[in-house]
Amino acid sequence: MNKLNFLQPDKNNLNTYLYTGTILVALSIFIVFLNSFFNKDLTSFLPGTLSFFLPLILGFIGLHLIRIDYSGLKFLDSINKNINTNNFNAFLSLLIVFVVIKSLPPLLSWFILDANIAGDSKDVCTGSGACWTYIKIWFNRFMYGMYPNAEQWRINLSFIALAFLGTIGFFATEKFKKYLTLYYVVVYPVIAFFFIFFFISGGPIFFDFSYGIIAAVISVIIGFFIPSKFKMYYFIIVPITLYILLKYVFFYEELIELGKLEALEWVETGAWGGLSLTFIVSFFCLIFCFPIGLFLSLGRRSDFPIIKYFSIGMIEFWRGVPLITVLFMSSVMFPMFLPEDMFIDKLVRVIIAISLFEAAYVAEVIRGGLQALPRGQYDAAKSLGMGYWKMHILVILPQALKLVIPGIANTFLALVKDTPLIFVVGLLEIVGMLNLAKTNPEWLGFAMEGYVFASVLFFIICYAMSKYSYNLEQKYKTER
Amino acid sequence: MNIKKILPQLLTLLVVILIFGFFSFNAQVNMENRGITFGYGFLSQESSFDVQFSLIEFDGSHSYFRAYLVGLLNTILVSVIGIIFATIIGVVVGIARLSNNYLIERTAAVYVEFFRNIPLLLQIFFWYFAALRALPLPQDTEPMFGVFFLTIKGFFVPAFVWNNLDIFIYSIIAAIISIIFIRIYAKRKQENEGIQTPVLSISIGLLLILPILSFLFGGVDASVEVPVIKQLSQSGFTYEGGIKLPPELISLALALSLYTATFIAECVRAGVQGVSKGQKEAAASIGLTPNQVLKLVVMPQALRIIIPPTTNQYLNLTKNSSLAAAIAYPDLVLVFAGTALMQTGRAIEIVSITMLTYLSLSISISIFMNWYNKKIAIKEK
Repeated sequence: MNKLNFLQPDKNNLNTYLYTGTILVALSIFIVFLNSFFNKDLTSFLPGTLSFFLPLILGFIGLHLIRIDYSGLKFLDSINKNINTNNFNAFLSLLIVFVVIKSLPPLLSWFILDANIAGDSKDVCTGSGACWTYIKIWFNRFMYGMYPNAEQWRINLSFIALAFLGTIGFFATEKFKKYLTLYYVVVYPVIAFFFIFFFISGGPIFFDFSYGIIAAVISVIIGFFIPSKFKMYYFIIVPITLYILLKYVFFYEELIELGKLEALEWVETGAWGGLSLTFIVSFFCLIFCFPIGLFLSLGRRSDFPIIKYFSIGMIEFWRGVPLITVLFMSSVMFPMFLPEDMFIDKLVRVIIAISLFEAAYVAEVIRGGLQALPRGQYDAAKSLGMGYWKMHILVILPQALKLVIPGIANTFLALVKDTPLIFVVGLLEIVGMLNLAKTNPEWLGFAMEGYVFASVLFFIICYAMSKYSYNLEQKYKTER
Repeated sequence: MNIKKILPQLLTLLVVILIFGFFSFNAQVNMENRGITFGYGFLSQESSFDVQFSLIEFDGSHSYFRAYLVGLLNTILVSVIGIIFATIIGVVVGIARLSNNYLIERTAAVYVEFFRNIPLLLQIFFWYFAALRALPLPQDTEPMFGVFFLTIKGFFVPAFVWNNLDIFIYSIIAAIISIIFIRIYAKRKQENEGIQTPVLSISIGLLLILPILSFLFGGVDASVEVPVIKQLSQSGFTYEGGIKLPPELISLALALSLYTATFIAECVRAGVQGVSKGQKEAAASIGLTPNQVLKLVVMPQALRIIIPPTTNQYLNLTKNSSLAAAIAYPDLVLVFAGTALMQTGRAIEIVSITMLTYLSLSISISIFMNWYNKKIAIKEK
């Protein structure tokens, strides 16, 4: 047997080094494990500091001993390559492992073992862990805000319907695929708008919604028999006429009668809240900020000086101020700019403000994509005799937008993360609801549970969005 | 000029003028009805409110303009603290993400994914209402290193009491100016004669020696004032002396730096990855040591990629510091656009001043960035 050189482990005594090292590392992890999970200190016979650092020292020596290059053992090589390349790395790896082991028991006990979820008052929360009962009792409020309990099916129904309508694109057959862009850009937002502002809001205005639906259904059915030459005019004129007829001629009396009956209770926007409001606000801002941003970015690259400097001014202004001051403006300054008898709903004002704000960011992202396109694309399109709009819609934008998918996704993520700021104007989405619940005298002292709950929700939403955008980016990646 | 070019522009101009005219007409009518006249004269009026935490002396007898200054200084304070810590954390995490150690890389990735996917406001609330509320009361606090006291009422740190502070500051300024001159001289010398001057050690020496000289001969004197616990009432305690950092400031700075650090980390990672491998290999092949490779070849190129987005993040951090209003940290938005607006009712003036302040800040930084980008852009031949 060769002489063992402990400072320089080599391949000749592989087994000796391997066994000694593995035992040392396992021992160090075992000591920390016992210490953290069962509160037993194996090294208590040693003086304080040494006992504290002993696992680290043991593990360090162990990792040093098993650091043998090209040992021929696959597992050992991969360990050495990934976590044990040199002394410094070994030290950091050990530290991370120990910290994870150390922090598992308190986290487990707070989240699960000592936590309470049973019962329906705060008396059950006696343990040292989290009080999930608080979340359970307040769950409805966190999701729907002050929206009346009996009417919450309207929110659920709208969201399910919108989610269903949104996924239609995946099931579309080849024949209908070419209409998908039109559907998502024009039809879907209009449907969503009707659902949220008429169905969730309710009240007499709900009848407008019903008339709209009736008019749309009737005109679609008749539309099948119209020759395609006239279809476009038909679909612009007929639904609107039908709607006006329905509203002011045929059902006028009924409207007054039914208005007294209140088929759907009116819920003012001040009562909306919770996670559903987060979705509503981010959804609408997302729909509005994209086209505004698109036009601003095109305007910034326009040859017309007035349009160009107007766009630059808009973009730089909204990008230069914090969102919170924009919301302040929409709540305290904007009413001063309106005629006295004119009133715009708080939620609408907020949505306009956030949309304009995010549109500036979207515009800059799209401009990046437009600038990245080679000049040849513009020249080629022009040489084919295309005009400005035709060139942009058919040639430039499809390529530019493909390039900036990650940037746009990031802006949308920022938008979702910015929605809690609407608390400034007194709209309580989920974070605002948490702050309200926290001050309820019945449920004092559960701030932590609430914030952890909301953090997990937001993390899931945002992380899923970012992963989805990554997939989209991969899907649309084309070689150029 | 053909009509096709002029018409859209005129239309845009017309719409913009109409909208602005509509707004300003209504604003005039509304202000007339409420009996307010537009103007910034109120800035010199007595403010008659108090601010919890301010860097300059402020009470009710000072003017609204001073209230604006208080808010602005507090915003700058929290932004500077946030920027310093965000840079430190961001650079460390960004480098950790490039580590060949799997565990370190994963830990950094988890940190980045976790903190950037949670709204900043939620994080501020978490630190302020949940984490910092779990700290002990002043009377139960264990001192850290004997002089720092982290309590529910704030973080108490020892303060320096200076004599002739100005001379000390002059000595540091003198040291910095002489370092700049030495650097210029050393660069010229290296270009002309190829001789390297040990700039780093000279700089450190100057930075140490000049202040020490000011202590010895300039009459500068510093003593440390440690916070001491003081009983206010039966159960109320606080610390006196030293500097008190209020919990609002701590939670805001903590949340801002942890959140922004994730973005800075990504910038750093992208920057270092952006330097092609061939550059490092070429540098190594002409005989540079690993440290020289890092200092002379990798860092200058990486910084060119890192600095512009990082400055953008600093700007975002400064703008995000306006979330302070949510936890009552007296920053520009809370003091000026909040309290002062409530007291005077001058919505248009105050909101416009606040927005202009942020706007001028970000526009000046973006002008500086454009200049810097042009300066460092690779000059292709």
